[in-house]
Amino acid sequence: MTTDLGKVRGLGSAKSGTEHFWMQRVTAIANLPLVIYLVYFIFAHLGAPRAAIIASIKNPFCAVALSLAMISILWHMRLGLQVVIEDYVHSEGRKLATLLIINFATFFLGAVALYSILKMSFGL
Amino acid sequence: MSQNRISSRPLSPHLQVYHPMLSTAMSIFHRITGIALSAGMVLLVWWFSAASTSDDYFIFVNGLFAHWLGRLVLFGFTWALMHHLLGGLRHFIWDTGRGFDLNKVEWLVRANVIGSILLTVLIWIIGYGVRA
Repeated sequence: MTTDLGKVRGLGSAKSGTEHFWMQRVTAIANLPLVIYLVYFIFAHLGAPRAAIIASIKNPFCAVALSLAMISILWHMRLGLQVVIEDYVHSEGRKLATLLIINFATFFLGAVALYSILKMSFGL
Repeated sequence: MSQNRISSRPLSPHLQVYHPMLSTAMSIFHRITGIALSAGMVLLVWWFSAASTSDDYFIFVNGLFAHWLGRLVLFGFTWALMHHLLGGLRHFIWDTGRGFDLNKVEWLVRANVIGSILLTVLIWIIGYGVRA
C-alpha cells in the first residue's frame, strides 16, 4: 500500500522515517569518546586559573575535540528532550511551543559554547 | 487526542498496573538523568563562557562551583552522566537484539546502578587526587 514516491523516500504516513532514532544512536556513539575527553578536560582543570584553561584550549586538538563534544552532546540532548515532550505534552499548542523553546535553547547553548571555545583558542 | 479522551473504549494497561521492577526504575532513571544532564549543559556552557570572558568573572563562577553546594551539584551531574552513559551502552546491547533474556536484563540493570556509582566515586577520587 505504498506509492512509488513513498517507496523512494522511505517514508510512511508519519511523514518521517527512522532518522530521529538513528541520529540518537549516531550521536550516542560519538558522545562516548567525546564525553570521556570532556570529563577528563574538566577534572584536569578543576580549580585551575583561567590562563591554564586558555593555554590548553589554544591547542587545536583540544579546541576541536571540545567543539565536537558540544555539538554532539547538544544534538543528542535536543533529540532526547524532543521525545520526552512528545510523550508527555499532548496539547498541540503547548507541544509546539515547548519544542520551539528546546530547539532555540539548544542552538543558543551551542552558539555560546562554540563562540567561547573558539574565542579562547584563537586568542583574546 | 480530545476524541480519544471522551471515548469509552478501554485503555491499554499503563505503568501503574505492573509490579515495579529495577528494570522499570532504570528505564525511568535513564530519562530523568537525561533531563538533568540537559540542565547540567547550561552550567557547562556557562563555565566555558565565563572562562572566555574575564579573570574576575571566571573566579566568581569557579567560586560558585567550588562551594559545597556547587560541588554537590557537580557530584550529582557526574553520577547522572555515568548512569546515562552506562544506560546508553545497555541500549546499544539491546539494539543488537541481545540481552533480552530476563536474567540478562536483571544483570544489565544491576551493572548499570553499581557501575554508575563506582565510576562516579572513582572519578571524584582521581579528581581530588590529581589536585592534591
